[in-house]
Amino acid sequence: MNEFGDESAERHVYPADELTGAEIISNWFRDKIFLGLSFKEYMKTLITPLNIAAGIVVMAGLFLIAVRFIFGLDQITEASNEQPWGLFLTWGLFSGVPFSGSGFVVGTGVYIFGVKRYQPIVKNAILLGFLGYLFAVIFLLIDLGRPWRIYYPMIISFGTASVMFLVAWHVALYLTVQLFEFSPSIFAWLNQKYLRKVAVSATLGLTIFGVMLSTLHQSALNAMFLLAPGKVHPLWYTSYLPWLAFISAIGAAMALMIVVSKLTTIYFRNRASPEYLASIDDVTIGLGKASSFVLFTYLGMRLISITHEGSWGYLNSPIGYWFLVEIGLFAIVPLMYYYGVLKKNVKLIQVTGVFTMIAIILNRFNLTLITFNYQLPNRELFFWKEALVVISVIIIEILIYRWIINRMPVLRDHPDFPNDGH
Amino acid sequence: MVKRRDLIKIGATVVAAGVLGAQNVLGSTDFEGNPERLGMLTDTTRCIGCRRCEAACNKANNLPAPKTSFEDTSVFEEERKPYVADVGSYTAVNRFEGEDGKPVYRKVQCMHCDEPACVTACPVAALTKSEAGPVVWDETICIGCRYCITACPFYVPAFEYSSAFDPKIQKCFMCNQRIKDGLVPACAEACPVEAIQFGKKKDLLKMAKLRIWGSPDKYIDHVYGETEAGGTGWMYISKLEFEKMGFPENIGTTSFPKLTKDFLSMVNLTLVSWPALLGGFYMASHKKPHGEHDEEPKEEIKHE
Repeated sequence: MNEFGDESAERHVYPADELTGAEIISNWFRDKIFLGLSFKEYMKTLITPLNIAAGIVVMAGLFLIAVRFIFGLDQITEASNEQPWGLFLTWGLFSGVPFSGSGFVVGTGVYIFGVKRYQPIVKNAILLGFLGYLFAVIFLLIDLGRPWRIYYPMIISFGTASVMFLVAWHVALYLTVQLFEFSPSIFAWLNQKYLRKVAVSATLGLTIFGVMLSTLHQSALNAMFLLAPGKVHPLWYTSYLPWLAFISAIGAAMALMIVVSKLTTIYFRNRASPEYLASIDDVTIGLGKASSFVLFTYLGMRLISITHEGSWGYLNSPIGYWFLVEIGLFAIVPLMYYYGVLKKNVKLIQVTGVFTMIAIILNRFNLTLITFNYQLPNRELFFWKEALVVISVIIIEILIYRWIINRMPVLRDHPDFPNDGH
Repeated sequence: MVKRRDLIKIGATVVAAGVLGAQNVLGSTDFEGNPERLGMLTDTTRCIGCRRCEAACNKANNLPAPKTSFEDTSVFEEERKPYVADVGSYTAVNRFEGEDGKPVYRKVQCMHCDEPACVTACPVAALTKSEAGPVVWDETICIGCRYCITACPFYVPAFEYSSAFDPKIQKCFMCNQRIKDGLVPACAEACPVEAIQFGKKKDLLKMAKLRIWGSPDKYIDHVYGETEAGGTGWMYISKLEFEKMGFPENIGTTSFPKLTKDFLSMVNLTLVSWPALLGGFYMASHKKPHGEHDEEPKEEIKHE
């Protein structure tokens, strides 16, 4: 994916007094935006088969989004009054947000518990968390009937008994917190030493605030479904739903970090420092160990909660068999992690990371889409246009991630601020 | 390193978040309700399936003309829901087969619950249980999130998906405006056999029970809506079991705010315990590097 050379790492020095204003601006663009290349050279590097394919899908998705905003949601979604939430929220909000817990999980480990082992991946974890939340909000904007009123729960009218009110507040606050948490990398990129210092000084407060917000809204996402006891299938409905969501979000965040860390060592090798690349094996083993513990806890809680609700009788039904697929995955992954850590098998842990991600996405899809309204006949889960929009938004997210990694010191330290931990 | 201003920051955060949490908890108190609140009673043993209530509802709410006329009984061939035609209707009458083979009709519409799931769900309080009784919706603050539709156990609210600029939530509002004008809801007024009656919920409940007591052979001994979902404003009495007329079976008697109240009451606890635990851990485990003590001697312990 990284077709750019290493030129950007070299810093161009121009004596300021010899330059005109226009030259200063063009040099700034050359340095910061075009990776040290001229505009023409930079544009040439963008034309690759993969980029062109991505561009086509993104254009198709943007076209459908435009259609939705001009002619209404029924043009691109199932538009059901039985199942009003479709793929946009199931993917973007309910499946996406657990993985975006990466920021608070790794941030807490490094900045509060002082576990230096995870220092190399902490900036990447915060960036992934921030982008995850940003795109959750973007999916929400596409799905909301009146998206221009998205700020209403904050200022205009308070539905204080609503779990969604809580989610709205917490997602908004946490998105802001994550932007601040990531800002040292942005300020390093822009050479703003003073602002960076200010941002770094707020780290502890932001991290703790982030944990508070994450605990509540990760759990609140599932707690929204507590209000639909007749619609959520009994094998999924339990009063422990919120806490299951929180625990699995920790597992999800670690799985994402295991998988993305591996991918960065393949695709962003020349944007990463040697220290970062050298640390990934050890980081993966550490995360694998923690994941094994977290997912065993999750499995135990899940099984006890089903027993508690007395729902095992539903196993002998088609949905029951489907449930066994999900719970089977959740039973295997902590064992695989455990075995991988025992044998110091980094590859196995990385493969398990992928399986964990699948298990958690399957869980959120089951809860919010696949088995929701299980009693109704002839349910349509989603419209193909929804899937196309989701895929194109995911591609946009990946492209933005790549844009940032190529420019900001995320997988490495900025030469001006070595080893300061941010 | 934690400096005093960091502590102040954390403290301010806790207070701010605590206030936010407290609002949530206070918002979900038990509903006592207005004892004089209005309601409706449908007696399915009286209904003749004439669909005049549907026609009156359509006219009173300025809804679009139906595909086929309101006198057309072929619509009974399929079970309709109130939202069949998107923006088309707030109510629908469905036909079921009674035990004696004769048709039984049930009118579907918003149940106007005493403690509605939709009201609990709404993040902007656009849906409210009005003091008079109808569950009403405020178009000026609705954000179109459709959590009300997800939450409603009766599958009542509908969303105007075809509108990009002012999509409405569609459901029966118990002719709220007519009630304010001193009129009876349109369907009750139009019913030729008094199968739909309008009044105070407490009076309707007495009337329903009196009818069951007076003709035990004609009714099953249950007023649907007396306790269902914590009590509903629209009640039904019938000879045919309610499950056989498409009423949701697993509705229970728990009111909806109770389902999320436990979770919301954890909000404050979580907001207070995390900073204490994590902040405390941080303070206990992190030593200041040498030199910083000299710069900030005031941070040492003081005895007062």
